[in-house]
Amino acid sequence: MNPTALRFGLWLLVTPLLIAALGLGFKGLAAVDSSLFFAWGYFIEVLIAGLLQGVMYSLVALGFVLIFKASGIFNFAQGSMVLFAALTMVGFIEMGLHWTLAFVVTAAVMVLLALAIERVVLRPLVNQPHIILFMATIGIFYFLDGFGQTLWGSDVKVLDIGISKAPIIVAEGVFENGLLINSFDLVAALVGAVLVAGLAVFFQYTRVGRALRAVADDHQAALSVGIPLKTIWAIVWSVAGIVALVAGIMWGSKAGVQFSLALIALKALPVLILGGFTSIPGAIVGGLIIGAGEQLAEVFLGPIFGGAIQDWFAYMLALVFLLFRPQGLFGEKIIERI
Amino acid sequence: MSGGGRRWLSPASFSRHGGAKARDRDTNGVKQEVSDSTMSEALDLQTAAAPETAQAVLTVNNIEVIYDHVILVLKGVSLEVPRGGIVALLGANGAGKTTTLKAISNLLRAERGEVTKGSIEFEGARVDALTPNDLVKSGVVQVMEGRHCFEHLTIEENLMTGAYTRSDGRAAVAEDLEMVYSYFPRLKERRGSMAGYTSGGEQQMCAIGRALMSRPKMILLDEPSMGLAPQLVEGIFETVKRLNEEEGVSFLLAEQNTNVALKYARYGYILESGRVVLDGDAAKLRENEDVKEFYLGLSASGRKSYRDVKHYKRRKRWL
Repeated sequence: MNPTALRFGLWLLVTPLLIAALGLGFKGLAAVDSSLFFAWGYFIEVLIAGLLQGVMYSLVALGFVLIFKASGIFNFAQGSMVLFAALTMVGFIEMGLHWTLAFVVTAAVMVLLALAIERVVLRPLVNQPHIILFMATIGIFYFLDGFGQTLWGSDVKVLDIGISKAPIIVAEGVFENGLLINSFDLVAALVGAVLVAGLAVFFQYTRVGRALRAVADDHQAALSVGIPLKTIWAIVWSVAGIVALVAGIMWGSKAGVQFSLALIALKALPVLILGGFTSIPGAIVGGLIIGAGEQLAEVFLGPIFGGAIQDWFAYMLALVFLLFRPQGLFGEKIIERI
Repeated sequence: MSGGGRRWLSPASFSRHGGAKARDRDTNGVKQEVSDSTMSEALDLQTAAAPETAQAVLTVNNIEVIYDHVILVLKGVSLEVPRGGIVALLGANGAGKTTTLKAISNLLRAERGEVTKGSIEFEGARVDALTPNDLVKSGVVQVMEGRHCFEHLTIEENLMTGAYTRSDGRAAVAEDLEMVYSYFPRLKERRGSMAGYTSGGEQQMCAIGRALMSRPKMILLDEPSMGLAPQLVEGIFETVKRLNEEEGVSFLLAEQNTNVALKYARYGYILESGRVVLDGDAAKLRENEDVKEFYLGLSASGRKSYRDVKHYKRRKRWL
């Protein structure tokens, strides 16, 4: 079995179990007679909700990974790209387009945006230190933030593409009352899985994907073998734009399209630290761990800490990771020749 | 700009009066001349006299390179590489070897350098305005100093990135991959390892192999000997020679290791602070007294200890 998959499985198992053990332990202390059977059903329900929530984080984190992988830049503007994409999509739907058509048009807008960013921001900054490019992305963040709201207005908008939000109940035979699952989250998870699989294949096995990774490693060497940086950057920002669009649709229809969408990027940060900035599977696993971790912690550890764990749990987990495994679970090894 | 203007920028030329003189001083049959842009006629005469002129694949004509709009690095460099030739570009650190190669491969612009004068022709067409991507497509590829492999890609992926510009199909690329492996069997053994974990020699092979994957007509090889053990250096140069003979690839190589470079190259140019100060057939350069003394560490009386030399009196003066 390949070691990456092994690690994947291990972490996926260990984290929730650890939290379960902790939670059940405390629960046991509090009430000895609590029905264990019911607790397990509830636990799994929370776990699933957490995992599905985690996929939503992963969707955002993916956009970061793409750009980081291909250019070594932490794209501060990813959050505002999500917001901008969602706003544009809603705008087109309000104009009367069917949502599929609106999706295509918005995707085209995101590609145009990527081309513009490459031409105006990135090209003049070739071979500058990463911190300068990072600063430039902060500029892009504010520009997109303002531009999107100027264009489409700053009201909270509803984005409905017809995904049912009705809860589904499964496994009624096993657990009393069955397990309650949000069908919307299930769809989001499915979309995320497809996106990740597609991107992973693209990066690993195609000519352009290989070139993207080469550019990430060494701009100059990539230029010297004839890889055109402009094209590569335009491609990667376009793909990141479309990923932002998908994330925007999912988050937008879940929580409404509003300014706070740009801030979910902050939740993507611990996901990235956990999964590794350069790994697409890492973004997914990181998201799952953060999602499941914070839901479980909130429900089972919350009473001990007095609640509101969800707000800081992810960051604390990230902090621990920074101490022990700075490149994340799946990040590229820091190669040092001795 | 007139030559007079440039003179302010280059103190080395203060000693000269009335423009540079191209002198045909006879030192072991090697023509020693001043390649200054003010005397382009003299240069033309000189290049016309070179035997390879007839089928030059690469011609660099009196180029001047300025970094950051201020720093004048190359002060009129001209050179030629004959089709199927190996030409060495020699000189100490800071002489302008790497800059010359980067000017040819158009990597300068990414470093805020610019060719401000002169022209570069490959197979008769000007290439100075091409992007590196187009240049690789037309058959010139550079192997950069310090190898620059893609650390997180495997050796095989590294090689495959070299084929990025190709559009002649998977089969042809796969064939060339085998060709590269036949020249560097060691790479085949390590094809699955991440390049960052391979040894310096393997990385150099990988860098050369990667360049080969673009099916180049010409490779600009920058300091292939850097940081390698002497027997590895010989190995790399042997392969360069084989590639040159069997695949017909022309080489322009920048080297500090004058000894090895002149052994494998057929023609050599010696650069000093941005100018070509000496050029000639490799064999003749090897025999040249000044080259022997300053670049090969030999003199007429054989090896010499530097304890016996009064340094301040032994400064190089070509001009």
